[in-house]
Amino acid sequence: MAYSDKVLGHYQNPKNVGTLDKSKQNVGTGLVGAPECGDVMRLQIEVDENGLIKDAKFKTFGCGSAIASSSLATEWLKGKTVDEAVKIDNMEIVEELHLPPVKIHCSVLAEDAIKAAVNDYRKKNGLPELKFEESVVH
Amino acid sequence: MLKFPIYLDHNATTPCDPRVVEAMIPYFTNNFGNAASRNHPFGWQAEEAVDYAREQVAKLIGADPKEIIFTSGATEADNLAIKGVFEMYASKGNHIITCNIEHKAVLDTCKHIEKEGGEVTYLKVNPEGLIDMKELEAAIKPTTILIAIMYANNEIGTVMPMKEISALAKKKGILVFSDATQAVGKIPVDVNKDGIDLMAFTAHKMYGPKGVGALYVRRKNPRVKVTAQIDGGGHERGMRSGTLNVPGIVGFGKACEICMSEMGEETKKISALRDKLENALTKIEESYVNGSKQYRLPHVTNISFKYVEGEGLLMGFNKDIAVSSGSACTSASLEPSYVLKALGLGDDLAHSSLRFGLGRFTTEDQIDYTIEAVTKTVSKLREMSPLWEMYKEGIDMNSIEWAHH
Repeated sequence: MAYSDKVLGHYQNPKNVGTLDKSKQNVGTGLVGAPECGDVMRLQIEVDENGLIKDAKFKTFGCGSAIASSSLATEWLKGKTVDEAVKIDNMEIVEELHLPPVKIHCSVLAEDAIKAAVNDYRKKNGLPELKFEESVVH
Repeated sequence: MLKFPIYLDHNATTPCDPRVVEAMIPYFTNNFGNAASRNHPFGWQAEEAVDYAREQVAKLIGADPKEIIFTSGATEADNLAIKGVFEMYASKGNHIITCNIEHKAVLDTCKHIEKEGGEVTYLKVNPEGLIDMKELEAAIKPTTILIAIMYANNEIGTVMPMKEISALAKKKGILVFSDATQAVGKIPVDVNKDGIDLMAFTAHKMYGPKGVGALYVRRKNPRVKVTAQIDGGGHERGMRSGTLNVPGIVGFGKACEICMSEMGEETKKISALRDKLENALTKIEESYVNGSKQYRLPHVTNISFKYVEGEGLLMGFNKDIAVSSGSACTSASLEPSYVLKALGLGDDLAHSSLRFGLGRFTTEDQIDYTIEAVTKTVSKLREMSPLWEMYKEGIDMNSIEWAHH
C-alpha cells in the first residue's frame, strides 16, 4: 500500500513532536490507544489566559498514518480555542491526509486524543468534563 | 554501487536465478508440447524434460523421482497432503496433530478438516518456537492418522526436530507430513534420514519460478496414498490432474539442482551476513531476537525493537529496503502476527518486529546500509514514542489503564 505524499511528509518531518509540562494547570494531556493495539498517542495542549491553544505537542507509537494524524492534529490545534478544538472531526483528518479505509482508526485515535487533552485541561481548571458519543470506528 | 531497493524479504519469495530462466525459455516457445501427448515428438520432448526435472527435484530431498507429485505450489501441496490423507485413511481414524505456528495453508486446511468431522490438535510452541516432544506424545490417540509439523517456520525461521517427531510417529504407526516450504533448498533436507512420509515445498522460495511446487509422497515403508483433490485426466499418478506446467517444472528442477550444488558455500556466506546484521541490530537498546537462535534457518532473523511500531518503522526505509513486519496494522483485524504471539510475546513486542530474510544475491554493502538505516529510524521513532519516554522515566506501563479498542 502506498502512502499519500501528505502522510509521508508528516512522517519525515513531523510537526510538534515533544512533551509539555503536564503538571502545569494550563496544560491538558490526552493519552489514548494501547500498546497491544499497536498505537498509542499522547497529545498535549497549552492554553493561554484567553482560552486559546498556544502550543500543542505529540508523541505517537504507531504506524505512519498514526504519526501523520497526530502531527496534523497538533498543527490544526494551535490558535484554536479549546471549544473549537473538540469540533475537529476525524473525517477532516482522513480527507486532508488521504487515509485509506484501513487507516481511518488512526484519525479516530487523533480525534480521541484531542478530546482527552481538552477534558484533562477542563478538569484541571474546575470545568465539567465534556461527554462525547462513543466513536464508531475503532 | 548499491542498487535500490534492497530486497531482504526472501521468505516471501526469491528472484528467479538467471540460470533457471535460461533453462525454462525453450519450453515456452519451441518445446511447448503437452507432457501428456504420447503420440508425437512435441509431447515426448516435454515429457522428457519433466522426467529430468523430477529427478533433479527428487535428488535434492533424497527421494525417488516417482515420489514427486507436481502441484501449483506449496499451498496446493499442503491441501493435497492433509485433505488427501484425511480422506484416504478415514477408516483408520480422523485425528490430526499440528502446531499453532504453521502456515495458514496448513492451519486453514485443518480448520476445513474439522468442519468435515475431523479432529485436530494444535500443539503450542515454547518461547523458542519449538514444539514439546512430550506434548506431542501425549496428544497421540488411537485415532491419530497424521502428524503435520512444518520443517521450518516462515516468520522466525525456527527448524523443528523432524527426526525426533518422525521416530515417535513411526513407533506409533502414524504418518508424518511436513510443510518444508522454507527449508528445502536452504538446509539439507532428506526425506529418508528425516523420516518424512509427505512433504510440501515450492520453487519460488528457492530461486525458481512462481506457480509450481511439489508434494513428496512416500512409496516404500510405508507406501502412502492420498485421495486426489483435483480430478481430471489422471496426471501425476492420479493424485493431481491437470496439464503439467512444463516450463515451470523445468525451472523448478534447475533451481533444485543449483541449490544442491551450491548450498554449502551459500549457507556460509548468507549466515555470516545474517549474523553481522543481527549482531549490529541487537546492539540497539531494547531489541530482541524472536525464536530459537540455535535451531534456525541460516538466512532469517526476526527482531523486535521495543517501543517502536513495526509498520511505522518500515515506513522509514521501505522505499530503499524491502523487509516484512509482524505488525498487521494494515490488516482489517489489526492483529499482530499469530506466530509471534504463539511464542508468548506480548502484543506490544509482536507489533514491534521486523523479519529480515537474506538471499543468494545479498551483498555486504546491502547489509551495511540496512544496519545504518534501521538503527537511525529506530532512534528517530523512539524520540517520538510516548512509550519510549515512559520507559526512560521508569514508568511501569502495566500500571497504566490503557483504553483498549
